[in-house]
Amino acid sequence: MSGKEYRTITDVKGPLVFLNKTEPVAFGEIVQLRLSDGTMKNGQVLDTSDDQVIVQVFEGTASVDRQTGVKFMGDVFKLPVSTDLIGRILDGAGRPRDGGPEIVADEMADIIGAAINPYSRESPEAFIQTGISAIDACTSLVRGQKLPIFSAAGLPHNDIALQIARQAKLVGSDDDFVVVFCAMGITAEEYNFFVHDLERTGALENACLFVNLADDPAVERLITPRLALTAAEYLAFEHDYHVLVIYTDMTNYCESLRQIGAAREEVPGRRGYPGYMYTDLAMLYERAGLVKGKKGSITQFPILTMPGDDITHPIPDLSGYITEGQIVISRELHQKGIYPPINVLPSLSRLMNAGIGPDKTREDHKSVSDQLYAAYAQGRELRGLVAIVGEDALNERDLQLLKFSDIFENQFLRQGRDEDRSIGEGTLDYAWELLSNIDTKYLVRLDQKWIDKYHPTEKKE
Amino acid sequence: MSEENGVIYRISGPVVTAMGISPRMYEVVRVGDEGLMGEVIELHGDQSVIQVYEETSGISPGEPVIRTGQTLSVQLGPGLLTKIYDGIQRPLPELEQTMGVFITRGVDADGLDLEKIWDFAATAKAGDEVSPGAVLGTVQETETIEHRVMVPPGTSGVIKSIKSGEFNVTQTVCTLEDGTEIAMMQKWPVRTPRPFVQKYAPDTPLITGQRILDFLFPLAKGGTAGIPGPFGSGKTVTQQQLAKWSDAQIVVYIGCGERGNEMTEVLTEFPHLIDPHTGKALMNRTTMIANTSNMPVAAREASVYTGITIAEYFRDMGYDVALMADSTSRWAEAMREISSRLEEMPGEEGYPAYLSSRLAEFYERAGRVETLSGDDGSISVIGAVSPPGGDISEPVSQGTLRIVKVFWGLDAGLARQRHFPAINWLNSYSLYPPSLNQWYRDNISNDFPEVRTEISALLQVESELQEIVQLVGSDALPVDQQLTLEVARMIREFFLQQNAFHDVDTYSDLKLQYTMAKAILSFQEESKKALAGGAMLEDVVNVPARSDLMRGRFAEGYAEKIEGLLDDMNKQISATMEAN
Repeated sequence: MSGKEYRTITDVKGPLVFLNKTEPVAFGEIVQLRLSDGTMKNGQVLDTSDDQVIVQVFEGTASVDRQTGVKFMGDVFKLPVSTDLIGRILDGAGRPRDGGPEIVADEMADIIGAAINPYSRESPEAFIQTGISAIDACTSLVRGQKLPIFSAAGLPHNDIALQIARQAKLVGSDDDFVVVFCAMGITAEEYNFFVHDLERTGALENACLFVNLADDPAVERLITPRLALTAAEYLAFEHDYHVLVIYTDMTNYCESLRQIGAAREEVPGRRGYPGYMYTDLAMLYERAGLVKGKKGSITQFPILTMPGDDITHPIPDLSGYITEGQIVISRELHQKGIYPPINVLPSLSRLMNAGIGPDKTREDHKSVSDQLYAAYAQGRELRGLVAIVGEDALNERDLQLLKFSDIFENQFLRQGRDEDRSIGEGTLDYAWELLSNIDTKYLVRLDQKWIDKYHPTEKKE
Repeated sequence: MSEENGVIYRISGPVVTAMGISPRMYEVVRVGDEGLMGEVIELHGDQSVIQVYEETSGISPGEPVIRTGQTLSVQLGPGLLTKIYDGIQRPLPELEQTMGVFITRGVDADGLDLEKIWDFAATAKAGDEVSPGAVLGTVQETETIEHRVMVPPGTSGVIKSIKSGEFNVTQTVCTLEDGTEIAMMQKWPVRTPRPFVQKYAPDTPLITGQRILDFLFPLAKGGTAGIPGPFGSGKTVTQQQLAKWSDAQIVVYIGCGERGNEMTEVLTEFPHLIDPHTGKALMNRTTMIANTSNMPVAAREASVYTGITIAEYFRDMGYDVALMADSTSRWAEAMREISSRLEEMPGEEGYPAYLSSRLAEFYERAGRVETLSGDDGSISVIGAVSPPGGDISEPVSQGTLRIVKVFWGLDAGLARQRHFPAINWLNSYSLYPPSLNQWYRDNISNDFPEVRTEISALLQVESELQEIVQLVGSDALPVDQQLTLEVARMIREFFLQQNAFHDVDTYSDLKLQYTMAKAILSFQEESKKALAGGAMLEDVVNVPARSDLMRGRFAEGYAEKIEGLLDDMNKQISATMEAN
């Protein structure tokens, strides 16, 4: 490709630059802009034709004028990858942010990432113990899964994500996780919180951070997660690492997507978000998993804050259709002072059934989890009834369930920020103990054989 | 075939505009130096707008565009079963061999294995006059399915020669007097429905082994059903249960824009599943199409047509085919995405104005038909819909509900209580029972329709009573209504709930379903008698044999034991009278 510099900008609109009279430019090509004062900016081709090329400028278009020089680099966006990425902090466009040297590339990896052939995927089925009972018992996580945290402003999703990053392990294996952390538009304060915690536990040496903060260019956020996932794929599939990708906050990413859509005058979908947002999100979330013949894996923990606590908002909604479940953080529980305030009822892990059971967790896991859900759901429903008619109107069964819902929240859900419960004794046995507050005849989800074996007072030795 | 060369003028994501060629609408073209596959979707002056089935980054204006003269077609013939394809019928295992675990581009692969040798047994003979759809011979394609090699539509004449023996799919097996050579493979354009003689009204249920579906909201063979539901409510599990257990002879499963790991689960699980009807591997009757959410969006748009064309081909052989599309919302979104790149005037919520007619055309390819050869074949279509926020007032759900005859409404509230399948019994419906009732009377029991009505009436009554209970508590109700609540709870927990992951509970045959429903009604009747005789409700509902009856459904051989368990329960209920 020619190294020609064009000065043919016709329009500048929001983050987009339009120029004409270029030689053929490839779709997706990387662009360098040289401003009259010598500053450089980067961009990418969004639309190309013989007459006009549209470039999205990552750093924003401030100070761009008609004299700005535009150079097409003849290649699509690539990230220099090597195992040296581990322990480094990079900015949202992949440049060192920690004052360290440039990354010496082992290989240049295309950041768009190709789709994994569904036939070449391996089924995720290795249980990850997070040490958090609500997750381990009710929405079990498996290696290769993408499980977002649906939270909202003012809730402790960051603490939960960090606790998971700290405690996550495979039962009966010492393989450690490498954490790839991707920040999109979070505040410096939140960022410091993450970095301090990773430093405190020594995890920083085993992590790679891509950071785009709230005052960094918004458009850059569209490539930050792609860089993070490209690094993750390289580490997982070329170097056998088990990678845990945490990205926050997906809501900021989607806002940027909407901004570009609006600047291009596209026909908007729901709430102004572009119609292709589902596909765009899928291109990120689907880069999780295991691949035949490779030892490594990518497990994703996207964090998103639901605008107005609304789970039907397009961002959580489209995410929920792609990810393999969700962990929902509840304001109500948080206000009751319960940590982690995970509402297990709308939470779900779609890969749970593959990851639990005999040889993986324990044979009674599925039954126990179903019973916890059913009893807690009914108990919560009864709270509404009690508020109207009082406890006197309840029959014996309903009274027990009502009582159980409080026990469940205060004892099962509640745990310390550094409390690491094992799946067997810490979580499942504890669940049995709490369930024994309900008469066995009301525990219809439990197979009799598990009652005989695990029920604290009714088991037959 | 007229080959013409043009050049790329513009590229915007999956939509490419070419100049200098004048192709037909929906013609397949090769785009760029790498020869990416695309389809012409709009002609505009001297520009042709092409949707490209592969990733377009790195392609520049000025690269060539080449016509192929053909519309998007699939290859039909022996070798379709047990296969897994992407949206444009490229077999995924072969793509893995040629390009590794990540799907790159510019690779072409035949839908059928052109080299594989099949044992063709001629059934027609020289001198026979044959018309389109006539069966020429058979191939044992898999252990359970006999592939019937047919005369392709548009061909007829007198057979000059035909021979049994070993052939691959492109070799001539039959020659007609006029010199036409017929091979086992035929091609068919996916956007055109395959011809048939006439459509019949469905009169046989598609039995799925799922109690709530078969018993309350049955689907007929040749019928259409829609499953809308918010995420996490169990659409995919329900679809997979249907793919596993429904008594169709052929199953086509389209994973359209869904999760990669989910498809993998299907792929790893299916080969190990045994068909309860034949005792052989289920995979033997299955073709899968997997175009996951991150695979190119244009191929996702095509995947639904690829699937239904394969289904029609098997229907033409006289088979009952069930087609599952998971999810049609992703298909609609693919249409929306392409439409917006074309800068078309949008309809509701940005979807193209032709959304509902495309949906209707697709579902209309279902049905029970008289095939060209005079046989009877059917396609039942079950489409999952993923409405944003679970709100079915959106265009895809509404467009679907206007067409389908069965609505299985999934409910987030039920899913949250882990009531699975989370199908809401109050708002779901099926329009087929009137045409199926005779079949139930003849094959299951004469009072089957009445039992169904009674069960659904009880559920209705329960929902009304629940409103009162919400206000005053259940103790304030008269005893007979409290009993009704207990009976309804039994229907919900014992009958409607079904554990898809439990070895035994995952499938109930229709006879057992009927027996279970009768057992519930019998509990109601005996309890009424006991209560009239002075028994306490508390004692009646808590007889131990009742929970044995209910838990028993998880044990092997429940069908043989249920009568005995029922007797025990009834005896114990009668005994509660004497206790007082």
